[in-house]
Amino acid sequence: MTEPARTLVVRCPDWPLTALGVAPSDPAMVLASGRVVAASTAARSGGVLEGQRRRLAQSMCPEAAVLERDEAVEARGFEPVVAALSDITPWVELQRPGTCAFAVRGPVRLFGGEESLVDSTAVTVQEALDDTLGVGAHPGCRIGVADGPFAAGLAARSVDGRAVLVPAGATPGFLIPFPVSVLERPDLVDVLVRLGLTTLGALAALPVADVVGRFGSEGLDAQRLARGLDGRPLQLAGHPPDLAVGIEMDPPVERIDQVAFAARSLAGSLHDGLACRGLACRRVVVEAETGHGERLVRRWRDEGAIGATALADRVRWQLEGWLNGPPGVRPTSGLVRLDLVPEELVHAGSHQPGFWGGATAADEWALRALNRVAAMLGPGSVRVPEWRGGRDPAEQMTLVPVPEGPVAGSVDGLIPVVPHPPDSPPWPGVVPAPSPAAVHAAPAAVEVLDAADRTVIVDGRGVVSAEPVRLCQGGGAGVGVVSWAGPWPVDERWWDPSRHRRRACMQVVFDDGLARLLVLEEGRWWVAATYD
Amino acid sequence: MTLPSSLLAEPEPFDDLPPKEHPVPLATTLSPVRTVPTLAEAALRVRPTTLAVERILPVLPALVGLVPDGLRRGSSLGVSGPGARSLAMALMAGTTSAGSWAAVVGDPDLGLVAAGEAGVALERLAIVTTPEPSAWGDVVGALVGSLDLVVVAPQHRVGAATVRRLMARVRERGSVLIRVGDGPWPDRFDLTLTVVDGSWEGHGSGHGRLLLRRAEVLASGRRAASRERRVAMMLPSPDGSPASSEQTGDG
Repeated sequence: MTEPARTLVVRCPDWPLTALGVAPSDPAMVLASGRVVAASTAARSGGVLEGQRRRLAQSMCPEAAVLERDEAVEARGFEPVVAALSDITPWVELQRPGTCAFAVRGPVRLFGGEESLVDSTAVTVQEALDDTLGVGAHPGCRIGVADGPFAAGLAARSVDGRAVLVPAGATPGFLIPFPVSVLERPDLVDVLVRLGLTTLGALAALPVADVVGRFGSEGLDAQRLARGLDGRPLQLAGHPPDLAVGIEMDPPVERIDQVAFAARSLAGSLHDGLACRGLACRRVVVEAETGHGERLVRRWRDEGAIGATALADRVRWQLEGWLNGPPGVRPTSGLVRLDLVPEELVHAGSHQPGFWGGATAADEWALRALNRVAAMLGPGSVRVPEWRGGRDPAEQMTLVPVPEGPVAGSVDGLIPVVPHPPDSPPWPGVVPAPSPAAVHAAPAAVEVLDAADRTVIVDGRGVVSAEPVRLCQGGGAGVGVVSWAGPWPVDERWWDPSRHRRRACMQVVFDDGLARLLVLEEGRWWVAATYD
Repeated sequence: MTLPSSLLAEPEPFDDLPPKEHPVPLATTLSPVRTVPTLAEAALRVRPTTLAVERILPVLPALVGLVPDGLRRGSSLGVSGPGARSLAMALMAGTTSAGSWAAVVGDPDLGLVAAGEAGVALERLAIVTTPEPSAWGDVVGALVGSLDLVVVAPQHRVGAATVRRLMARVRERGSVLIRVGDGPWPDRFDLTLTVVDGSWEGHGSGHGRLLLRRAEVLASGRRAASRERRVAMMLPSPDGSPASSEQTGDG
């Protein structure tokens, strides 16, 4: 059995925030699919935690700015840091934007000891961050050194001190107190916790045969990580000759969208080539060659065996980082060749798409078509519904941009839609079912008149001044009222002057056959929705 | 050795006719010439058959009176009248809850809560913003290739050539195109559904609330649907889903 290689991990904490230009002192949080993925120190001291839902996080720290995650920006911003680290060793692997790793064995001889290697790495990263972002605009970096990238990554996540060095051979002991959730396998962790195995130490202490018998290969991988060994053993014997894929680009390509298109198909063919041999890779080398003969090489690592869409995203981020980077990084001419080389091949595991439920081929086609349309019309043009809750039909559901590719962690569908959660508390004062079929994005201002052509008003007790008879829009003759119900006064957030809303709703049926939801707010009537 | 031509020809699959008189002994018929069909022939034999039931998209039970056989793949529908959106949602509900995807192009006002109440599987519904008239054909064309149901509500006049191209693609890929609204359309629909009469119940002057709408829907179309049908239904019923009431007779 091979010993895991001594690894150094550099991690910039809260990189999603730093990349979006938020200083650590500003209260801010970054969300993805409605959950907090990063929060600044100021927001965290208010009680915001990673993984919280938007509503809870906002109630914890109302003054915090809420930003949407942009992984492309994160990757582009991190490229100068990786370029600077290339002076220490050319074998830098990116794990995700904000985190990268390299093997200690080579550079440690050059720097004369791990301590001095850690020191010079810290200085290099600090200088690169200061150069690109400015002094004080980032919370610095954390460094961890341990046996194997998993343990080193955990060492770099420890909050105390800026660098944690786990002595050689002490990694299994270092891992014992960590909770099993750090394995990032939500389904497995859920079962482990319910079985009482809450720490990595408890998992590592189990007999291997029992773990394999109960949890299969996934459990074995998790236990190997918990014991401070490499995750899945490498598939060393009998490599198929050449699994690398490449594409020539003639004429040279300079625009990122053109390269991204090539990258997506290239990632797909690499993944297909591996999958039909039952393999997956833990590391991919992205190589690009420019018209002037420059050669750009970067390694990306993912312990969870990189999927096709995730790989395509990483390649696109990398290319964006190169093509839009600062002058030292940016190539001097267009790209003429792009290669993807898989490294560290492992068995692909026993993932098999389900016969019933799960993502089907139709789901994948549909998502692909939607992504294509989104590319045609621009980001945010294709959206899917998400439940938010509220009293107005317009507030209850919102639209979120369709994700690019299948979403990790969503088992049932490809889209993390939350239809009506069955356990959601009731909203007193909600407009009752049946709901209007048309909710106007831009409500039209109208006049609601009584028999004497005076505007109908609703007083403080929720009583109408007179029976509504006619609805006029823009000076026309208007439509007559057949019957009406209401008004229902709604007084929302009276405790918050800036978001206080006070209005009255009425359901009115008109003689054109349609029913409308009218809203009186600040003395004006609006058609909020139509029962089309 | 030469074989008689009757032995070289492939028999029809499932050919249960009695074999003809063999002029040669059995051992000769097992020669390799006889037993190795070409790959194309093998593919032809094992090709999956398409059942008639797979060429239609299911609809809710409440709509069986209107579209008795479900939505035929590769067809176009026009939905109009007051209540057209509710009717379009009812059509989407049956299809999406059976696993198909639906996209709505160019209707930013679509009430998502109502769609959920009507039974639309919201995790398989995508809303596309109104594209520029010049890009409209390409966008809808990209969607009909991969999604089973595409609902369009164009605000501009769609060209006849665009619709012809689109319908060719719809027929080729087996999607269903639904157009919501009353404006002109340069092609005849395979099926036209019109809400002709609707009345809301449940409230009077200043009391009650909207409970349900009794609507009458007229279905007319081409070929199998050429006989006009008139169906009374609740669109929506008190819980928001479409429900059938008694049928008023065939027109």
